[in-house]
Amino acid sequence: MVIFILKRLALMALTMLVVSALLFLLLELTPGSVATKVLGPYATPEQKQLWLAANGYLEPVWSRYIGWLGRFISGDFGQSIRFKVPVADVLWPRLWSTAILGFWTFAIMIPLSLALGVLAGMGEGAGLDRTISVTSIVTTSIPEFASAVLLSAIFVFWLGLLPGTSPMTSGFDWRQLVLPVLVLVLYDFGYVTRMTRAAMAEVMTMPYIRTAELKGLPRRQVIVRHALRNALIAPFTVITLQINWLLSGVIVVEYFFAYKGFGALLLEASLNQDIFLIEACAMIAVFVAAATQTVADIGYTVLNPRIRFA
Amino acid sequence: MTDETAGTPLLEIDRLAVSYASRGGAIPAVVDLSLSIAAGESVGLVGESGCGKSTVAMAILRALGRNGAIVGGSVRFRGRNLAELDNAGLRALRGGEIAMVYQEPMAALNPSLTVATQLAEVPMVHAGVGKSEALRRAATMLGQVGIGEPGRVLGAYPHQLSGGQQQRVVIAMALLGDPALLLLDEPTTALDVTVEAGIVKLIAEIGRRFGTAQLYISHNLGLILETCSRVLVMYAGQIVEEGPAEALFRRPRHPYTQGLIACIPLPTNDKNARPLAPIPGQLPPPRNRPAGCVFAPRCAHAKPGLCDVGPIAMEPADAPKRQVRCVRWREIAAADVAVEARPARTPVAIGEEVLRVTALQKHYPVGEAGIGALISGEGVRTVKANEALQFSARHRETVAIVGESGCGKSTFAKVLLGLETATGGALHFAGDEISRTPVGSRTAAQVGALQMVFQNPDETLNPSHSIGAQIARVVRKFGIEREGSRIRARVLELLDTVKLPREFYRRRPRQLSGGQKQRVGIARAFAGNPKMVVADEPISALDVSVAAAVTELLMDIQREHGTTLLFISHDLGVVRYLADRVVVMYLGQIMERGTTAQIFAPPYHPYTEALLAAVPMADPRVTKREIVLEGPLPSALDPPAGCPFVTRCPRKVGRICEVEPPPQRRPAPGHVIACHIPLDELAAIEPVFSIVPDAAAE
Amino acid sequence: MSRPGETTGETTGETASPAASLPGTLRRAVGSFALLAESPVAMVGAGLVAFWIVVAILAPWLAPFEPNATLQPFAKPGAAYAAAGGTFWLGTDQLGRDILSRLIWGSRTVLLYAPAATAIAYAIGIGMGLAAGYFRGWADELLSFLANVILSFPVLVLYILIITTIGASGLNIIIAITFASAPGIMRIVRGLVLDLRNREYVAAARTRGESAWYIMLVEILPNARGPLIVDACLRLGYVVITIGVLGFLGLGLPPPDPDWGSMINEARPVALAFPHMTIFPCIAISSLILGFNLLADGLREISLRD
Repeated sequence: MVIFILKRLALMALTMLVVSALLFLLLELTPGSVATKVLGPYATPEQKQLWLAANGYLEPVWSRYIGWLGRFISGDFGQSIRFKVPVADVLWPRLWSTAILGFWTFAIMIPLSLALGVLAGMGEGAGLDRTISVTSIVTTSIPEFASAVLLSAIFVFWLGLLPGTSPMTSGFDWRQLVLPVLVLVLYDFGYVTRMTRAAMAEVMTMPYIRTAELKGLPRRQVIVRHALRNALIAPFTVITLQINWLLSGVIVVEYFFAYKGFGALLLEASLNQDIFLIEACAMIAVFVAAATQTVADIGYTVLNPRIRFA
Repeated sequence: MTDETAGTPLLEIDRLAVSYASRGGAIPAVVDLSLSIAAGESVGLVGESGCGKSTVAMAILRALGRNGAIVGGSVRFRGRNLAELDNAGLRALRGGEIAMVYQEPMAALNPSLTVATQLAEVPMVHAGVGKSEALRRAATMLGQVGIGEPGRVLGAYPHQLSGGQQQRVVIAMALLGDPALLLLDEPTTALDVTVEAGIVKLIAEIGRRFGTAQLYISHNLGLILETCSRVLVMYAGQIVEEGPAEALFRRPRHPYTQGLIACIPLPTNDKNARPLAPIPGQLPPPRNRPAGCVFAPRCAHAKPGLCDVGPIAMEPADAPKRQVRCVRWREIAAADVAVEARPARTPVAIGEEVLRVTALQKHYPVGEAGIGALISGEGVRTVKANEALQFSARHRETVAIVGESGCGKSTFAKVLLGLETATGGALHFAGDEISRTPVGSRTAAQVGALQMVFQNPDETLNPSHSIGAQIARVVRKFGIEREGSRIRARVLELLDTVKLPREFYRRRPRQLSGGQKQRVGIARAFAGNPKMVVADEPISALDVSVAAAVTELLMDIQREHGTTLLFISHDLGVVRYLADRVVVMYLGQIMERGTTAQIFAPPYHPYTEALLAAVPMADPRVTKREIVLEGPLPSALDPPAGCPFVTRCPRKVGRICEVEPPPQRRPAPGHVIACHIPLDELAAIEPVFSIVPDAAAE
Repeated sequence: MSRPGETTGETTGETASPAASLPGTLRRAVGSFALLAESPVAMVGAGLVAFWIVVAILAPWLAPFEPNATLQPFAKPGAAYAAAGGTFWLGTDQLGRDILSRLIWGSRTVLLYAPAATAIAYAIGIGMGLAAGYFRGWADELLSFLANVILSFPVLVLYILIITTIGASGLNIIIAITFASAPGIMRIVRGLVLDLRNREYVAAARTRGESAWYIMLVEILPNARGPLIVDACLRLGYVVITIGVLGFLGLGLPPPDPDWGSMINEARPVALAFPHMTIFPCIAISSLILGFNLLADGLREISLRD
């Protein structure tokens, strides 16, 4: 078990290393373009040359990469071109805002989709199952930008209940959080619900469920003790991997609602070619995704006695 | 436990009919079934797959699922009509009064709960005891079903137990509710032969020790005869014959029962003098059963105008407690055509040597290499799948390799066919050494000369291609024919050879029955005119009557083509019937080899002896000694240092068996036994079974 | 042993399907349509997708106005075109372009790029998945690791990085989608191959000395088609979302050609005052995605049934 965890962590480190190399090659392979991005399109060739020499860009690619990686690991992400401050200064507060958004999304989505999925999977093919299944297909078919438009039209334009943007300029305001969270939940819950339903429905057809029923156990005990424990292994993985999807979702939602979070920052950095900010954001995003993948893998093993005691 | 007033049976099923709803309409699974079981009685329900026997068990427990329903008749338990039970009553019945043992113990147990949790639930629900008392009872019960270390097993998860232990846990779980009736649905089908023997013995003891009545459902007539006092034979949703086990097997009255028994290779059969007589035709589809006698279309005695008119009722037969559903049983019995023998074959002449296996060895590395292994401290371990194999096969000969799962018989087939390469020794086939030549490096002639028939009818054919295309590919690949129309003609000929209609050329595998698919697999193997065909358990997944037909077909084609057949099997009954010579394997090594006559008579290797004793015999004239092996099969990763069989051998001599590999003893030319016991002692062992000739009258 | 599915096992040879008398290909076509008809969900999905395909094909005849012509800004749905007659059934945008015509022409964009990108991603993903699953060993480890690296990017982050680096164009969108989807397809194919390669008919092919590529393409791949078709439908839906999101973020096709995502993005500044400019493109894109998702769900249900 310890070996398994160590191996997973090593694999994650290797993945991060390859990702960082890819990013570096993608963005910094040609020093000239870096200089253009940093100094702007109107800089003279002499200015660029000076800047390149001053910042070590005349060295070979591999030594630049190692230096970059070393600074990166020590927390020095460089200077943001657009915000004219160290990248870390904008990055961490934005990440915190997104964490708040993500927390509320998960806090609502997980109980909702697990409950609906289990209910639907318990009686496969029944009316309740069909209703839940079709609802979840419909909601996953509406992309975040579309549901954002539709929900804004309803709650902002027609009902006038909620604000249409969420910049939070005058401090935290929960009313500005409602629509972004709602949009994310609406898009994501259907997928988790369907995965839970599929796992539950599959477990319900297993011979050991029949064994439990024919032992004369009360239905509640059959479901809670025999079915749920096996059925929730798959959704656990799915939910952890939703963090990866959420990182995509927040980009759209933060952009739409002008919420000052990590996703909007990444998009802004990309559109403005803010090279060091892009690098930092992408690395953070991949780190979060790879870490959750690792947690999912380890968790799956811990939850599954067949693997745990192989 | 047995509080019944005399006269009322424990379970009484009266004219039961069960249907499943499907998209195409109702499927009648059980049509007209009546049976009664007295307290403490063990009753066998026997039939081939699709006859509805498992549905009966599910109907008793009212667990027919969402599409199944009882559409007629009644099930009474202790006089109560079970259809009238409410939910609470049903829960008390299930597990408390009627408990069930299933075919696949691994699947029947919850993989993520410990044995303790799953066992303790039963007394907690049915006896209302607390957790600690329930656990105490569970431990006691595990001891009673023959589990040596109840404490360790209680704390284990199901996958940590062997198949035999899992089934013992399932049986313990059933008994913990203190039921009056035990339903056993093919409880040993998923187990190895020697493990099966132990479970059968346990089940027989349960009846005696606990006074529990049993309904034993199985396709295996031999098992039913060994475990039950009364038998019901089921066909196409109906009982066709009923009676005391011994009398019924001795003098079957219904043509189906007679046919079924004639399909089983018994010691009284011989492939040349008395071949098997398969039942012609197929089980009718449940929605399209014939009017009148359901067996009539396949019955040699059926008379138009008599058998196909109206429904046929059960009627009392010649002996007490016997009933049969046949209007002509008296005439059939009088003519004494109980076993209609197929014409005898003339034995074939065995030719020169085709295959010689010399000290063949196949080791697999397993486990982690690299960093993981360094951290865990485990180096690369080796599975010794084949060790020092030595035997030969001749032209036209049938050589059988016998052994239980994990004995390395299938690994040997892979090495022979070039799917794996050997790690030592030599393999001479038709003069060429091929032990290290993978199939890709063999010449076309070598590949074509050595073909295989596979085990699983559902996997042997590619579901995406038509039957014709799959056989044609072989014909083209081995250059038998090159031109399109000639290839087609050759494929049609092959379909004729395996007795399949020519229309099957265009069919897809899913439109075929299991037996038909196996026939196509045989046609494919013989399409390239091979010198030798390896058949890996070709009939083990088939029903009794289908298996007989496929066995006969395989032997006919072998004879026609003059092919050498290497028959891999776990079933000594079939092996005795069709093999000329036998190789008995255990944990990758040969324990004994010789001609079929030598293997089936003393001197035996103790493992051969145990295997022989474990074969259920569907013939009351055969008496058998009981030998039950203790313990599970050791892992091939960690085989014993001396004799591989030492951990389970009932005749172990002493320490020498543990530390020293057994010597090869040769009681007769061609007969080799690897055992520490001296030959004269082995020769003095009395035969495992003997045939008592039929008494003149019953 | 005698569950309902199995009782028919011995007998399916006898039951003839109603289409049995028709010749091969036609019979299969009729057969698969009849199969689709068994699932209402699949039928609704197929209907939605078919609707948009017809709209895309007939765009020049269906669209009432030129999609890029600036006619009458900020017209409400149902308003008449004062200058030359005709009705803006769904209104116009801030530049005065007819929204209905832009939606109709926009269906061409999405139904051109989504299937093209999916098909290319599948070709690459299937090749990689077959090789990884069949050969295993180092080829599998290398390919699986590469797939893992790419899949560890949050998808949208990957798209944004690629598109902002290589620029927004139709071809680049296809490249980005292929790059991001092929690893996922590879994983699915690999899993299916790992299962199918142990089948006896594969062993039979190996024992008659068939080449590795013959086995992969003729013996294995056709049997993986069921799950792959279902996955392809889901993935098409997801690619439609992706194209929409890229358009919405301003990373889609360059203006002025109509693209549903871009339409929403362009109308965003005035959306709160004129919701019709964003709502109709949202409904269009959602209905197409819903079509693909329902089709996938229905097909999965049908494939599980048999």
